[in-house]
Amino acid sequence: MGDNSLVLGHRVSEWCGVAPVLEEDIALANTALDLIGQTQLWLGLAAECEDKGRDADALAFRRDVWDFRNLLLVEQPNRDFGHTMMRQFLFDAWHSLVLAALKSSDDSEIAAIAEKSLKEVTYHLERSSDTVIALGDGTEESHMRMQAGLDRLWPYVGEMFLTDEHDLIDVAALRPAFAAITNNVLGTATLAIPTDNFTHKGGKTGARHTEHLGHMIATMQFLPRAYPDAKW
Amino acid sequence: MVMTKPSIDQVWEWLDAVPDPEIPVISLVDLGVIRSVAWLNDVLEVTVTPTYSGCPATRIINLDIETALNDHGIKQVTLKRQLSPAWTTDWLSEEGKAKLEDYGIAPPQTAGGPTQCPRCKSAQVEKISQFGSTPCKAQWRCTDCLEPFDYFKCI
Repeated sequence: MGDNSLVLGHRVSEWCGVAPVLEEDIALANTALDLIGQTQLWLGLAAECEDKGRDADALAFRRDVWDFRNLLLVEQPNRDFGHTMMRQFLFDAWHSLVLAALKSSDDSEIAAIAEKSLKEVTYHLERSSDTVIALGDGTEESHMRMQAGLDRLWPYVGEMFLTDEHDLIDVAALRPAFAAITNNVLGTATLAIPTDNFTHKGGKTGARHTEHLGHMIATMQFLPRAYPDAKW
Repeated sequence: MVMTKPSIDQVWEWLDAVPDPEIPVISLVDLGVIRSVAWLNDVLEVTVTPTYSGCPATRIINLDIETALNDHGIKQVTLKRQLSPAWTTDWLSEEGKAKLEDYGIAPPQTAGGPTQCPRCKSAQVEKISQFGSTPCKAQWRCTDCLEPFDYFKCI
């Protein structure tokens, strides 16, 4: 959970200062901020459980690509604004369902982080759904770009629903609820969901990330790696 | 020298004088982020809950609480972070909501949007963006006086 919010939070923050309009710039920066805040909670808890003297920053800035356990979807590059918002929508839909399930976790700390995060993610999903609909059902150009984004990203959706032995909840069981959200929003957006259900995998297990993650991490980790004692 | 411990009521009064760093017109107590105050022997424990998990003001809020209490002679202060129950705008005091409105920020409404423009009081308002200048606010606009304004989101 922490690696997902960290990697997507960093990706979304790459828009800061260069988004198409001021309101979108602010919205993207706020979304990134929420995700990085959630990262501090998840990785803080992970560091505490690990009990090896590392903290959230050490986990974020001192691990290499193969140690990351994020979904392949979130490490995909931003490309255009439509593509970014499609990635956000697909992730938000999944994220909201996972957090709602984790909210009932027996572990009180996990339940508390999920409860806190879900409030923020509910806003994220509302906004990304609205934007996907507005652009999908917009101009010929915006529709074409949203469909291209969906076609490119759909092969990364399946990985979100592969349950493994480390999962606290059965993520596979959330697929019908995800389908209900995506069918509704993408349908209203006049977009066609690809019929090929081939899925890339290997991000969540760390076995095979896409080449994009290494480039992103190189930028993200540069400062604390180059100046290990830097304080801010 | 024996230090007499200030009463809990007194401490709440002092905390109510600490302004929110982003919206200085309301206090931290108005904002509802201070959940409890208790003496643990000679240490004062203040339980604080964040508004949004990534809100950069959280760190400043903690610092301001410590500074204010230190200035009142309480040297041993510990801050406890509490995530659950998650902060809700229901915890904003009625006084705080009125102060927000006076300041030009429409207070949160359960209906999900502002009831009126905080400047001209017209009910003709529309949403510009779900997000605003801080994580807790959205941008709205009055279609009568045409002024954009902040709306404190309901969570």
